[in-house]
Amino acid sequence: MNGPQDLGGQMGFGPVAPEKDEPIFHAPWEKKALALTLAMGATRQWNIDISRHARESLSPAQYLGSSYYEIWIAGLIKLMLAAGLVTEDEVSSGRMKVAAKKVAGKLLARDVAAVLAKGGPSSRAATTPRFKPGDRVRAKNMHPVTHTRLPRYLRGHVGEIVTLHGTHVFPDSNAHGQGENPQALYTVRFAARDIWGDARHPKDTVSADLWEAYLEPA
Amino acid sequence: MPHDHDHDHDHDEGSALSPIALRVKALESLLTEKGYIDPEALDAIVETYETKIGPRNGAHVVARAWSDPAYKAWLLKDATAAIASLGYTGRQGEHMVAVENTPETHNLVVCTLCSCYPWTVLGLPPVWYKAPPYRSRAVIDPRGVLAEFGVTLPETTAISVWDSTAEIRYLVLPMRPQGTEGWSEEKLARIVTRDSMIGTGLPRAAA
Repeated sequence: MNGPQDLGGQMGFGPVAPEKDEPIFHAPWEKKALALTLAMGATRQWNIDISRHARESLSPAQYLGSSYYEIWIAGLIKLMLAAGLVTEDEVSSGRMKVAAKKVAGKLLARDVAAVLAKGGPSSRAATTPRFKPGDRVRAKNMHPVTHTRLPRYLRGHVGEIVTLHGTHVFPDSNAHGQGENPQALYTVRFAARDIWGDARHPKDTVSADLWEAYLEPA
Repeated sequence: MPHDHDHDHDHDEGSALSPIALRVKALESLLTEKGYIDPEALDAIVETYETKIGPRNGAHVVARAWSDPAYKAWLLKDATAAIASLGYTGRQGEHMVAVENTPETHNLVVCTLCSCYPWTVLGLPPVWYKAPPYRSRAVIDPRGVLAEFGVTLPETTAISVWDSTAEIRYLVLPMRPQGTEGWSEEKLARIVTRDSMIGTGLPRAAA
């Protein structure tokens, strides 16, 4: 979706503001925001693509007016409401009003290290790729109202396949309960001038990791 | 000024907490009461990212690559396996790629669409990495962004920006500074900054 998350090339946000000796967390609640988000993943009521979509489909005003952990908490609440894990009343009161839903799992303290060290690879059994390194491809001009990982600033532009990463879960379907639809994932390199015009440095490039369904021969 | 919120628990410290802090506190007690979470697991997660997983992991990888040509070749060919061999695996580092800075090319990593970042080697991302100024400008004006970090590159150096749009996570392998010949891996690791592994900085100069 052409939502507030799709920031590449937008203007007006001002300078980057690195913080000297930035702490890992800026307030105790940020620690909980991270930990709650990770721990609730163990209920397996959603996947990473559904959760990204929950965040990007916040209203632009809310998304751009929130810190990243505020976005995470807003996204987590949306996910839990949609999955029927909690009710609005419970979220605002902090007290249980209806019985818990039966879920697939719960992250226990003793399993945290192993779960974090294992991660969740997105690679799947190999499929036959349509393109190979060196091929010229065009990022499709597409504007789905649903989740996609093809940024707007690349749509319609021609680049070169530099790497085939094998076959990976396709977020556009996985975010909407339409299955993993695994397909080839490529790094595609674009000349900065092709995307942004002649004011850019002639040698600069931008590369992105794009699924086969985003690409057509050029 | 009292907070205007609908949180009806009585907490001694309640009036000192911001609305978002109160909301998160309410969520934690609700999810605990409903049995979805183990509060001790929350502490274990936080402790992991506060004490075990951070940029020193990545600095170890870089220092090893600077010290051992065979390791460097492996890192550039199969970063996931080379990094795993040092014990760094897992969440937000499942599929790693290392990109090497050279006099000809400087690499810069961003996630324009969210906050994708190589947690296993760099820990949790800094606020600026997740915020709109960096995400919007790294792809269109990388030289301007680098200037704000105090990094100015020769005009002849190409900038290669990597937008982390999938589950591939990028680690920049910075150039080894001159004057570090004969340094131990441990000493080298100390000059490898987090930003030098994102591409927004350079290693600390050899002193």
